[in-house]
Amino acid sequence: MKPPVQIEGLSKRYGGLTAVQDLDLTVRAGEVYGFLGPNGAGKTTTLRMLLGLIRPTSGQVRVFGARPGEPGHLRSVGALIEGPAFYPYLSGRDNLRLLARYAGTGAHRVPVVLDLVDLTDRAGDRYAAYSLGMKQRLGVAAALLKDPRLLILDEPTNGLDPAGMADMRALIRRLGAGGCTVLLSSHLLGEVQQICDRVGVISKGRLVAESSVAELRGTAALRVVAEPVDRAASVARALFGDDRVRVVDGALELAVPPERASAVNAALVDAGVAVSELRLRERDLEDVFLELTSGGLTHVA
Amino acid sequence: MWRSWQAEMIKLAKRPAAWLLLVLAQLLALLFTYLFPYASYAGGTEGPNSDRTLPMLLPDQLVGNSLGGLPVFLGAIVLILGVLAVGGEYGWGTWKTLLTQGPTRLAAYGGKLLALAVATLVIVASLFATGAATSVVIASVESQPVAWPSLVDLATGLGAGWLIATMWAALGALLAIALRGVALPIGLGLVWLLAVQNLLAVIAAPLLDWVAEAQKGLPGPNAGSLAAALGATGDTPGVAAVVGGGQAALVIAGYLVAFVAAGGLLLHRRDIL
Ligand SMILES: Nc1ncnc2c1ncn2[C@@H]1O[C@H](COP(=O)(O)OP(=O)(O)OP(=O)(O)O)[C@@H](O)[C@H]1O
Ligand SMILES: [Mg+2]
Repeated sequence: MKPPVQIEGLSKRYGGLTAVQDLDLTVRAGEVYGFLGPNGAGKTTTLRMLLGLIRPTSGQVRVFGARPGEPGHLRSVGALIEGPAFYPYLSGRDNLRLLARYAGTGAHRVPVVLDLVDLTDRAGDRYAAYSLGMKQRLGVAAALLKDPRLLILDEPTNGLDPAGMADMRALIRRLGAGGCTVLLSSHLLGEVQQICDRVGVISKGRLVAESSVAELRGTAALRVVAEPVDRAASVARALFGDDRVRVVDGALELAVPPERASAVNAALVDAGVAVSELRLRERDLEDVFLELTSGGLTHVA
Repeated sequence: MWRSWQAEMIKLAKRPAAWLLLVLAQLLALLFTYLFPYASYAGGTEGPNSDRTLPMLLPDQLVGNSLGGLPVFLGAIVLILGVLAVGGEYGWGTWKTLLTQGPTRLAAYGGKLLALAVATLVIVASLFATGAATSVVIASVESQPVAWPSLVDLATGLGAGWLIATMWAALGALLAIALRGVALPIGLGLVWLLAVQNLLAVIAAPLLDWVAEAQKGLPGPNAGSLAAALGATGDTPGVAAVVGGGQAALVIAGYLVAFVAAGGLLLHRRDIL
């Protein structure tokens, strides 16, 4: 089967500004893929190109093998891009019925999706009278109308209260478990960490990392507090190489497997360094993210 | 495109603004074509053409009377309708919502145009209906004979009115796409229809020959000529036989095609933001 999303060498320039640059990304069938990046990284721009709303400057996107503009390109794709947009003079239910007509699905999906996002009670109210969170739910409901095989959600928890966010995550996990492929953009690490199988991190229009959440977090680092720290660092560098040793807040962080701890200790003591603390430290995703997106690292996994 | 058309029809039918425009069109046509002239006749005001007033209000004048408003003020109303139908999608950001459901841009656009064409037909037909009812009432109050235009004349008139109205609606749609919104396209469309066209016809054309010639190619004067050829009186603003009726109909059809094509091209090529 063709992969749900295949992006190759994708770029988009707005005048002098490069919003997306040379992006390669594949989403496999059945996975929940997190598209992670700070504000202005190019997430929305990428998703819009995927849906054919804007034209790439160069490169290609395919959705289940079909390019934007080809008939049936969006047949089994549901999407919510950059906030919900509906007709204010229609009720939530009528908005969905209308969209079901465009989609060519029967109106029978309307009550189903309203129920999925917990909006059945207020479905008869005019959209203009909805709260922000209700509008967002309606947006997700519209994305689910086609019972899509690929769901593209751009910051779906925007505007939801904590309970609503939890519901939304549960819904996405449920859809994922039901076999729906989900491509989800977010700048909330916690969110992505909780629901995604894989993550791509985008910064300034470039993909800076792509891997599973566990891989991205990386092997745990060994944190060593030693005196004098310069001496300790040079010993460690000689042992493991420059790129595995960092000095953070006056302590060493070594990207080495935990079982090397005693060897590290012995080497440092041999070199006359006083080691006062040696422990395993799990890097949390937040650090990784900030490090990646601030340009500290440039590797692509 | 069929599905898009159905959806567009629903949107139009459920949109209060569309009904407001329909009612407004009827009201304006009724007031200026029938009620004000009749009031002046009934009140015995000595106007320059007072002996000609009553015959102008009778059923046999239905075709001309129903078309008289379309070159200018009723044209403005259908132009607004065209802008609203397309520009709303920009204003509310609903293009993305609609297009991600599956229709291609051209299918969605085609659906919109078809729905607009139905709406303009409804407006023009209701102008005829309101006019017919009003003129019958006037004829019976004044004990005048009730003679109807022939079916062929009625059909021609309806078709011509539909053509003019659809052309203006398509211009509205084009402006909405070009300017990606509602307010500015309506503003500019109205300035053109109500002000510039009049200034050209009343002030510039009599002074400059080349303006008078160039006018013959513009949509407004052609709409006016077509209405005049089918019996609309020259008292109505914008109605004047500057070219023959057949030529006018062809030019208007040409504009309709051009507006539709330009709008489609722009919508197809530009990014939806
Ligand atoms: N229509 C446009 N014209 C010019 N620049 C644009 C346009 N749309 C987006 N950009 C620029 O492209 C860059 C990427 O924007 P994009 O909306 O894709 O970011 P994002 O990752 O979705 O951010 P956020 O988390 O804030 O939603 C930004 O610098 C933005 O200013
Ligand atoms: Mg965004």
